[in-house]
Amino acid sequence: MRITCPYCEERDSREFEYLGSAKLLERPEGDAVADFHDYVYLRENPTGENAELWQHVLGCSAWLHVLRNVTTHEILDVKLASDVKEGKA
Amino acid sequence: MRYSALQILKNGLTGNKGWKPVWRDPEPKKSYEVVIIGGGGHGLSTAYYLAKNYGVRNIAVLEKGYIGGGNVGRNTTIVRANYLLDGNLEFYSHSLKLWENLEAELNYNVMLSQRGCLLLAHDDGQFDDLARRGNANLATGDDAVLMRREDVRNFVPYLNFDDARFPIRGGLLQRTGGTARHDAVAWGYARGADMQGVDLIQNCEVTGFKIEGGKVLGVETLRGYIGAGKVGMSVAGRTSQVAEMAGMRLPIESHVLQAFVTEAVKPVVDTVISFGMGHFYISQSDKGGLVFGGDIDAYNSYAQRGNLPMVEHVAEAGMALMPMIGKARMLRSWGGIMDMSMDGAPIIDKTPVDGLFLNGGWCYGGFKATPAAGEAFAHLMATGNKAEFASKFNLNRFETGHLLDDEGTGARPNKH
Repeated sequence: MRITCPYCEERDSREFEYLGSAKLLERPEGDAVADFHDYVYLRENPTGENAELWQHVLGCSAWLHVLRNVTTHEILDVKLASDVKEGKA
Repeated sequence: MRYSALQILKNGLTGNKGWKPVWRDPEPKKSYEVVIIGGGGHGLSTAYYLAKNYGVRNIAVLEKGYIGGGNVGRNTTIVRANYLLDGNLEFYSHSLKLWENLEAELNYNVMLSQRGCLLLAHDDGQFDDLARRGNANLATGDDAVLMRREDVRNFVPYLNFDDARFPIRGGLLQRTGGTARHDAVAWGYARGADMQGVDLIQNCEVTGFKIEGGKVLGVETLRGYIGAGKVGMSVAGRTSQVAEMAGMRLPIESHVLQAFVTEAVKPVVDTVISFGMGHFYISQSDKGGLVFGGDIDAYNSYAQRGNLPMVEHVAEAGMALMPMIGKARMLRSWGGIMDMSMDGAPIIDKTPVDGLFLNGGWCYGGFKATPAAGEAFAHLMATGNKAEFASKFNLNRFETGHLLDDEGTGARPNKH
């Protein structure tokens, strides 16, 4: 897999560290235990397209929002995670 | 047909014409008392123990492909009971006891070979960790031998003891660990279940559940609707998809784990060795191939193949541990899909849907669990209660805080 970092252009996936589902950007408001349980532990785990967080640890260190097909490993779209988060706010 | 030395002799002398197919290929009935989704090792052993230990008749196992075609036929065949935490300890201990009697139990040669399983340490901290783990295993009644560097050298002299970064400090040997023939485990349980009247229905993918008033009534399949009193999900790697059809979201991600085998070489590795730096483990099959594997690829995947960075990592780890492996040519590599749970431990529990049960989240430890997982799942489905040796694999443990994080890595499935 090769990931196109918005700052560093196309790079080998070895330069990136995978965190998990991009739903981790959606930290719950408030302090309800049930909400945090869902946030920390439950996953959609779809086949096909999955929105994920990767960090360019051996490059610019930016956190990336990557849309990837988990059945074919095709990278479909890469954005800065901060842009995605602010766009939602 | 009961297998025996006499049968082999008789058939050997008569052109081997007396062997019959080992299980039937029945049409699905309209309904069953119990339907198990998934004809892998766990589903088959669950059906076997439901019939044998709990007298349940009228069971079907629904398999979307063919028996033995899933992860039970794609793993590195290691059997061991050297975990650390309560919950895991007693479960794998029980499983190993079942393994030791499995051939007599099934009248089938699963080729269990208790050739030992050695975990290596490369610094003082790791060595202390292994001592603690060994004590936990001894206190559970399992075997554990803490080996100093020279003991390890006597046992497996061909390892690289003086690697500049990862010199071998010592190891923990479990002499009762080893390997089994994975396909034979599936076939043995399939035959045992079939002989007790269980219908093994292949090419029968489940496409939906019929749930009314919070109770499961049956499953929709590619071969029509099948009614069921109880339904058990035992679907390694696909648990999230099947559970989603029942409206559930689970603490599971699916990842790909690769494994490798070299061309056959003369006997050289007569045990199972786990490198303590990086994730690398190796054994030698009876055919002579060196069978080894490493970490999961560390990102979600449903592709039954991995990528080259992990191939490279595994090869590097192998070369660091055992430089002579560089002379062997890699013959095949493959990938299997793992249910990676959020704490690295499995789930054997009821679900919020009445009559629907879940066995999943095995990460890459499902093969060694095959006998005990089946027995525990059968106990749960038959009695409604958890088996004593599998009482902590709760679905809601992430809500209650009773996690079983053997590796202490937190809710990061790609770190387990």
